[in-house]
Amino acid sequence: MLSFELTDEQKILRDTVRDFAQNEIAPVAQELDEKEQFSVELTRKMGELGLFGMFVSEEYGGTEMGYIAYVIAVEEIARVDGSHAATIAAGNSLGIGPIYYFGSEDQKKKYLPDLCEGETLAGFGLTEPDAGSDAGGSKTTAVRDGDDWIINGSKIFITNAANPLTSVTVVQTVTGKNDKGRKEYSCFLVPADTPGLTANEMHGKLMWRSSNTAELFFDDMRVPGNALLGKQGEGFHQMLETLDGGRLSIAAMGLGGAQGAYEKALAYSQERKQFGKPICKNQAIAFKLANMATQIEAARNMLYKACWQREQKQPFQKLAAMSKLFCSEIFRYVASEAVQIHGGYGLMKEYDVERFFRDQKLLEIGEGTSEIQRMVISRYIGC
Amino acid sequence: MKILVTMKRVADPDNANKVKISGDGTQVTSEGLEWKPNPFDEYGVEAALRILEDGVGSGKLRGEVVVVTIGPEEVTQQIRQCLAMGADRGILVSGDDDKLDAMIVARTMAKLVEKEQPDLVIMGKQAVDGDSNQASQMLAEILGWPQATFAGHVEVPEDLSSATVTREVDGGAAKVKVAFPAVLSVDLRIVTPTGVNNNVAAGKDYQEGPRYASLRGIMKAKKKPIDKLTLDDLGVDRTLQVRTVSFTQPAARSAGVILETVQELVQKLQDEAKVL
Ligand SMILES: Cc1cc2nc3c(=O)[nH]c(=O)nc-3n(C[C@H](O)[C@H](O)[C@H](O)COP(=O)(O)OP(=O)(O)OC[C@H]3O[C@@H](n4cnc5c(N)ncnc54)[C@H](O)[C@@H]3O)c2cc1C
Ligand SMILES: Cc1cc2nc3c(=O)[nH]c(=O)nc-3n(C[C@H](O)[C@H](O)[C@H](O)COP(=O)(O)OP(=O)(O)OC[C@H]3O[C@@H](n4cnc5c(N)ncnc54)[C@H](O)[C@@H]3O)c2cc1C
Repeated sequence: MLSFELTDEQKILRDTVRDFAQNEIAPVAQELDEKEQFSVELTRKMGELGLFGMFVSEEYGGTEMGYIAYVIAVEEIARVDGSHAATIAAGNSLGIGPIYYFGSEDQKKKYLPDLCEGETLAGFGLTEPDAGSDAGGSKTTAVRDGDDWIINGSKIFITNAANPLTSVTVVQTVTGKNDKGRKEYSCFLVPADTPGLTANEMHGKLMWRSSNTAELFFDDMRVPGNALLGKQGEGFHQMLETLDGGRLSIAAMGLGGAQGAYEKALAYSQERKQFGKPICKNQAIAFKLANMATQIEAARNMLYKACWQREQKQPFQKLAAMSKLFCSEIFRYVASEAVQIHGGYGLMKEYDVERFFRDQKLLEIGEGTSEIQRMVISRYIGC
Repeated sequence: MKILVTMKRVADPDNANKVKISGDGTQVTSEGLEWKPNPFDEYGVEAALRILEDGVGSGKLRGEVVVVTIGPEEVTQQIRQCLAMGADRGILVSGDDDKLDAMIVARTMAKLVEKEQPDLVIMGKQAVDGDSNQASQMLAEILGWPQATFAGHVEVPEDLSSATVTREVDGGAAKVKVAFPAVLSVDLRIVTPTGVNNNVAAGKDYQEGPRYASLRGIMKAKKKPIDKLTLDDLGVDRTLQVRTVSFTQPAARSAGVILETVQELVQKLQDEAKVL
């Protein structure tokens, strides 16, 4: 039974999010990017629309629309702006995800309803200055002190973790060594107002300039025992699972960005006349657009299949890594050619493809670089 | 109070340039087109929701909003979209666009009014594909109900017994009061933040334009009922009174010119455009 038909709900969702992105985000995207400014107002509006908590059950304030729906929503936001897609993708997969899947009943009740409303945001703190691709290099430690834990260390590049809406950040720490002598990891839910926590917004980014990125410092930061996420020692596993899901949303950003850049390039090529005719009438340009459309179609099918596998509770990890890799890389091709088709104007900020060209680059780096995705895939295929 | 709102699906007006005419010129082909609710009908749904909104922001309505459409089976998607905005239920009367005219639509609506006994029917002032602007007037005539067309502002008293309607007319506005039951047709301005005043949710700050179908709304809409009927079920006389002779594409717009001076512009506006 092979069907490519979306449900009515998924189609309505796509229309709604597309209209929303076009009406609310597109008019201000360029300005927010230029000013490197995170928008609390737009984040709230995205929350009101219901873009947080799409895979969360209704009892905690989610909509249970599922993974395909979630990916369609991210795709439609990314079609207009990468930064706002990042707020949604990280807010859901990295912020809400670990609390929903691994949190205690109390933790879920405490955080999820506000997170699903978009009233608050949660960060996911894994990366450290010396531990990027290799999470094994983590130096942030948590040491027991009576019922409490004392955390020391730092995190870098943490999305949604230093803005007025941040309520909590999931922080991965080293809590000792396991029986095999390896580092044992555990995650903690750290409220934004915890004494000993310093959260600084990072500036000077090439891309995702209106998404909030934080540097976190923990200085003898005390958290109670019930801040532990799941059980002690489960941190590594929690991180891997979170990243598996996160790959789907990063892939959706690549797909949506590619779609947006392609549409801009197509429209421009139909209007721009050189040598007495629209430039799309030259085979050199038409073939670029044909390549773009073909790659986007292939990418969409791969990603939706990965989401479908996840919804069917089948193993989806290999296809998720492939989708993340492929969607980010076709976006690079599409964004680059979209600028090419715009000629000199594509290099100017007034044209959206300039921003798409920059925003694309993160997708080959964040949540596991393309090299790391290839490592993951090569393991799955038995290399 | 019960409000019936009509909704027709139309080819995405933002992509209207993709509409093609069949070889013999007698039909518009819908191949590859995306469908949307007619914008003026979406405004009608928004107006109905605003009229019935309560004062405490509970999200509950002080009555029922029923969305009615005549069209093929696939229009359930556009009905669900209206239900996701907040309407309560839908009625789909199956029918093909090329076998309908404004009179058949009005007759069908009249039968549904008989069946549903609403206090108010709200229609878009026109569908943006056919642009006929006739169905609401015909319906009011058949029913013998008062009508207020081109509503840009509606005020209803707390007891929902009537409406004071500001109508958009050439060069200004006309204010009329209609007692319910009545037929309204709505214009663009009805969805400005102050387009509807129901004297209960006073001072409520509406966003510009019709509300989005929120994700929660979409999930709720899944469970809302859509009744399916045929024109025969309703006993509608299906004799067409309008016969389409042919369609032609609008002439391609010729390129603009850039003028050097203001004097030249004034000259051209006077001599060529003859608007001065
Ligand atoms: C805007 C932004 C937002 C982010 N948001 C978050 C967040 O919310 N939470 C979070 O925890 N992190 C976040 N990150 C961090 C991101 O996940 C890391 O940047 C990423 O994992 C890469 O780590 P690194 O930057 O330290 O690069 P490195 O790991 O130092 O990699 C440098 C280069 O070496 C290559 N490399 C490394 N190891 C190998 C290997 N074994 N084989 C081949 N090549 C290798 C990499 O592929 C890369 O090309 C974010 C980053 C950015 C820029
Ligand atoms: C920073 C900067 C500095 C510049 N400095 C100068 C300068 O000092 N002096 C100066 O005179 N100009 C300058 N330029 C202009 C530059 O030379 C033009 O941008 C360039 O020639 C391309 O023209 P265009 O931008 O109008 O693109 P277009 O000509 O509109 O091209 C758009 C796209 O269509 C393609 N295309 C067009 N015709 C065909 C065809 N027949 N077949 C196939 N593909 C086609 C192009 O390859 C391109 O991909 C500068 C531009 C920039 C951005």
